[in-house]
Amino acid sequence: MTKSSDGVFFLTGKDFTNAGSASSNLKGILDDMGIPADIVRRAAIAAFEAEMNAIIYAVAGMMRYSITPEAVTVTLQDMGPGIPDIDLAMKEGYSTAPDYIREMGFGSGMGLPNIKKNTDKLTINSVVGEGTTLEFVIYLQGLSPETSG
Amino acid sequence: MKLSDLIENLSLEVKTPETDLTREVTGGYVSDMLSDVIANAKAGYVWVTFQSHLNIVAVASLKGICGIIMVNNRVPARETILKAAAENIPIMTSSLAAFELVGKLYALGLRCR
Repeated sequence: MTKSSDGVFFLTGKDFTNAGSASSNLKGILDDMGIPADIVRRAAIAAFEAEMNAIIYAVAGMMRYSITPEAVTVTLQDMGPGIPDIDLAMKEGYSTAPDYIREMGFGSGMGLPNIKKNTDKLTINSVVGEGTTLEFVIYLQGLSPETSG
Repeated sequence: MKLSDLIENLSLEVKTPETDLTREVTGGYVSDMLSDVIANAKAGYVWVTFQSHLNIVAVASLKGICGIIMVNNRVPARETILKAAAENIPIMTSSLAAFELVGKLYALGLRCR
């Protein structure tokens, strides 16, 4: 696999009809590029959880992806309420989802932990009242450039 | 065991007859929380849930779930059926409560491991 690809998907807050289509498209792109199935599975799970967070909490957002022979990098930037305490948000079971969102099966407080578990590197920057940028990286060789020398 | 065997054994009502009902069922998972299914269900499992909302199809597709069984005579939303048909995710309903249905699935030999 020597090809590279990048692109962007736009997300609309509360649009549950199209929710999941950005991560589904990304999964298709990764499959088409011949990325190993386990990497595709991990990237699709992390992208789906991040996409749902943007749709549940934000007014709008975008998902950028960059695929190189070394890594899959996905960046979710949203115009949402922001996360006041990222450490708390990372705790499994912690959620601020309102009841109507929970009734749809979201808000179990497992989204961010699921992203962390399936990625090699996760960075979250958030400004309350402005939005959140979440970026994750999955290395294709199983080793990060830092550790593989 | 094939999905069609489960359907016959448990008198499930198939809501998406156009989908592939011949797939091999490798296990089962029951949950109404989508991220729990994403974290813990495996490809080839049947997913037992009370959720009928459209987004269950995206989760099932993401995980390679071989079929969704809605319990307590839950009626899937029309858009859920349309999306499931488009993505080839079988949706079935049962009159049983989740506890009863999962007991029967277990008795038929399905596990979650």
